[in-house]
Amino acid sequence: MGNKAMLLDFWPSPFGMRTRIALAEKGVKYEYKDEDLSNKSELLLAMNPVHKKIPVFVHNNKPVCESLIIVEYIDEVWSKDKPLLPSDPYLKAQARFWADFADKKVYESGARIWKTKGEEQEKAKKDFIENLTILVQQLGDNPYFGGDTFGYVDVAIIPFYTWFYTFEMAGNFKVEESCPKVIEWAKRCLQRESVKALPDPIKVYDFFLELKKMLGIE
Amino acid sequence: MGEESSVKLHGFWASPYAMRAVLALKVKGVEFEYIEEDLFNKSELLLKYNPVHKKVPVLVHNGKPIAESLVILEYIDQVWTDPPHLLPKDPYLRSKHRFWAAFSIPLSETMMRYVVTEGEEQMNAQNELLEKMDVLEQGMKEIFPNGIPSFQEDKPGYLDIVFYSLFGTHEAAEELFGEKFLTVERYPLLVSWVNALKEVPEVQQVTLPIPKVVKTLQFIRQRHLPPKA
Repeated sequence: MGNKAMLLDFWPSPFGMRTRIALAEKGVKYEYKDEDLSNKSELLLAMNPVHKKIPVFVHNNKPVCESLIIVEYIDEVWSKDKPLLPSDPYLKAQARFWADFADKKVYESGARIWKTKGEEQEKAKKDFIENLTILVQQLGDNPYFGGDTFGYVDVAIIPFYTWFYTFEMAGNFKVEESCPKVIEWAKRCLQRESVKALPDPIKVYDFFLELKKMLGIE
Repeated sequence: MGEESSVKLHGFWASPYAMRAVLALKVKGVEFEYIEEDLFNKSELLLKYNPVHKKVPVLVHNGKPIAESLVILEYIDQVWTDPPHLLPKDPYLRSKHRFWAAFSIPLSETMMRYVVTEGEEQMNAQNELLEKMDVLEQGMKEIFPNGIPSFQEDKPGYLDIVFYSLFGTHEAAEELFGEKFLTVERYPLLVSWVNALKEVPEVQQVTLPIPKVVKTLQFIRQRHLPPKA
């Protein structure tokens, strides 16, 4: 039985980045395919007909969709080393809760910063910082959200760091000023090979400017 | 360790999300204390246990709170490990069940929009809902390749519970708006799925009477519609 693995992805996507980090942490060999989202491949449409989105992890020709579901799948299949989720059910539930919070609140408010202007944007910035602050409180004295070790919640959130520069430019503010602890944590994660491999925030910002042009946003 | 474990579930009678947690505990045969929350006057305890979202359901196990219905379902399956199992063992199947459970989110958003809008907006929401249900019907062919099982032998699991919380009382919305949407012609699998689940005693115990659900939908609708001039 082969162990064929392929990742359909798009390099600036923070959701795709989660899956790249998980695969790197586990040392999984896979083929990486960058999709042109304005011209989606037949393969992507076949592998994710419901949402037609990346990332899609194709393992032995079977597709797994939705970034957090993919990360958990990777953790369950390559279960020998570097567990990402805790084995204790309560800690596992907490990890799931905070990854869900990252999506519902942190990502949502961050995206609102570049999508809005004026009063709406000010509210988005306020919400974003508030949500980040709630999140970093979970660190306590630990180096990672996973405690002593880099885990599921760290994987879920660190990709958003590559977009901080973009949010900062769009909203004219600095995350480090309002929430230094999150930058401290991010810099710690950046020492890992899997996280070092993430796109440069400046490149992400350049992509964002191109995207804005394409979408005709001022 | 001969300590008895304390299991409490903070819920709200009309919440389909709380219903998921209650149904999972019943299916697993877990003894628990149900605490009804008044969502218009939330208890200190609820605010203490779920300060982030301040919502139900919250499961409190030996004093430790777990929030978010899907997180609670996974927790229940992991702690009470005797059968029936809520999720399959195989990682790929688990990912498929989780995928479709996550699909319930855009589905319930569209359902909500259908309930609280009128005129053209409501028609659009209805069309969107029917299309999403087409997608679900298609998807369930892969989940149930041999048709819907009889839940008399295999109790409802994670995906059954999530799905039932959305569609179990579909008759209420159909009565309120005078139009059937879960039709057997268009959704044979979904219809037989709901009907099979309705036969399960634990499911019957958590299902609200249709007139009550109609009143709830009316209440929600009135709160969201613009006041008439």
